[in-house]
Amino acid sequence: MSVDTDTVKRVARLSRIALADGEAEKMTDELNTILGFVEQLNEVDIEGVEPMTSVVATDMRKRVDGVTDGSKAGDIVANAPVTEDNFFMVPKVVE
Amino acid sequence: MTELTALTIAEARDKLLAKEISSVDMTEAYLSAIDAANAALNTYVEITPDNARKWAQISDEKIAKGEAGALEGIPVGIKDLFGTEGVRTQACSHILDGFKPRYESTVTQNLWDDGAVMLGKLNMDEFAMGSSNETSYDGNVVNPWRADGSDAALVPGGSSGGSASAVAAQLCAAATATDTGGSIRQPAALTGTVGIKPTNGRWSRWGIVAFASSLDHAGPITRDVRDAAIMLKSMASVDPKDTTSVDRPVPNYEAALEGSVKGMKIGIPKEYRIDGMPEEIETLWQQGIDWYRDAGAEIVDISLPHTKYALPAYYIVAPAEASSNLARYDGVRYGLRVQGDDIVDMYEKTRAAGFGDEVKRRIMIGTYVLSAGYYDAYYLRAQKVRTLIKQDFEKAYADGVDAILTPATPSPAFAIGDEEMAADPVKMYLNDVFTVTVNMAGLPGISVPAGLSANGLPMGLQLIGRAFDEETLFKASMVIERAAGRFAPKAWW
Repeated sequence: MSVDTDTVKRVARLSRIALADGEAEKMTDELNTILGFVEQLNEVDIEGVEPMTSVVATDMRKRVDGVTDGSKAGDIVANAPVTEDNFFMVPKVVE
Repeated sequence: MTELTALTIAEARDKLLAKEISSVDMTEAYLSAIDAANAALNTYVEITPDNARKWAQISDEKIAKGEAGALEGIPVGIKDLFGTEGVRTQACSHILDGFKPRYESTVTQNLWDDGAVMLGKLNMDEFAMGSSNETSYDGNVVNPWRADGSDAALVPGGSSGGSASAVAAQLCAAATATDTGGSIRQPAALTGTVGIKPTNGRWSRWGIVAFASSLDHAGPITRDVRDAAIMLKSMASVDPKDTTSVDRPVPNYEAALEGSVKGMKIGIPKEYRIDGMPEEIETLWQQGIDWYRDAGAEIVDISLPHTKYALPAYYIVAPAEASSNLARYDGVRYGLRVQGDDIVDMYEKTRAAGFGDEVKRRIMIGTYVLSAGYYDAYYLRAQKVRTLIKQDFEKAYADGVDAILTPATPSPAFAIGDEEMAADPVKMYLNDVFTVTVNMAGLPGISVPAGLSANGLPMGLQLIGRAFDEETLFKASMVIERAAGRFAPKAWW
């Protein structure tokens, strides 16, 4: 399978990455090189094989569903580019 | 370089406890060494001298009071991927511009609790994506090793290139590092240092910038095997903040070093003899086999039939996980923001400006293989292949193999700006051909320096162990270290 430039532009949109002029064309070739490389997986017989979901066989540890941390609004917004009264500020979303 | 920076952790620990040296003096010696070297090697992206001096002072006081921790007063460097409270943590990416976490990663907190002293943050490939440390927003790292008779700059490997280079050049006693496809073991091999990637779940992920969560591993890079055992003991822990950290006691790895390998079964996988492998890597591997045979181990030929599919499967799974993990960088909560016409435009411009080319490529591949209509063909298939890779190892271990010996990398260090690798991303990916299988299976792997190439560059051998059997790896690694000796670059910087 390979991708065309329109697909690359669509994937860039899904990835929320703006592409400069000419960048989609360059990226199409690079992505096709990688997709060509992974193509060899089609040789493998995967009939009846379970997909890996956890690399180490282990039971998930559970904890009591209680509050263990919090009251850190100042810490949470401390690194944000724009904040007001401990809220993250973004461009207007709803008219 | 001074005598104080030449000491291993074990040597420094003994001298500190005997009060022959002080942590303050040793820390000062490292800070001077960093000052003298950093312009040439670019290993540190942030140096924290004031903190280092203060912590060293506290360590000396604790030693005087007889309250020394396992790493008391030992100056270490921290890969820029580990969250360090109040200190720059950017994964060497522009998108994390100015990020100073309000928390400390569990792994680094474990080191500080044991008395280690932080010298600063170390350079790396952006978001740990790379094998040459050339994708860093902070510029490439230079390998302290040069080929005989040449002053051409070589890569230190990646992504933990800053960690490996700093340890080799004696700019820290040891460093933290991470390994998603080979990022500890490959740079260790290229710089003549020891690097271990422990079993998945042996340490806490909490506070470490995520790349591909099912493949990411934290571990140390050190000057010798004993130091790796000391560092891993401190770094590893079970952590209530990370449910994937496994609740089993951390053994005293140092105690495992003295054991014999007599009767141990060392597996040699035939699939690791790849086309185009340089003869000196082949020779090095054979040398390693001979060392084990001489030490009384039994050499067994084994087969890991799905080896060649590990790298292509990795380049589906890792980008898929990365595209999800890196979705959080949106210009809202931390780091860089580029203004846009509306919120989507702001996201797109921020991410376009903040991510480098390799990171963008991987996010795009990951988004594509997870998108509607392609999930089964790519991602699900890759996860099934991953099961087969893991089963290959399980079968070898079920047949009685204790550890598997392979080369660590397909070549010694290569030049910065290698044109073939720049033109073809897959060529760069092939650097991880021997290491990536181990991440796919979640097993522990260690790279140990084993010799020099014809032109005087270090090369490493890799040992792969059973899950949670790092002790066997440490014990077996001593065979290589005793036979090969240790390697240090000649200072030219």
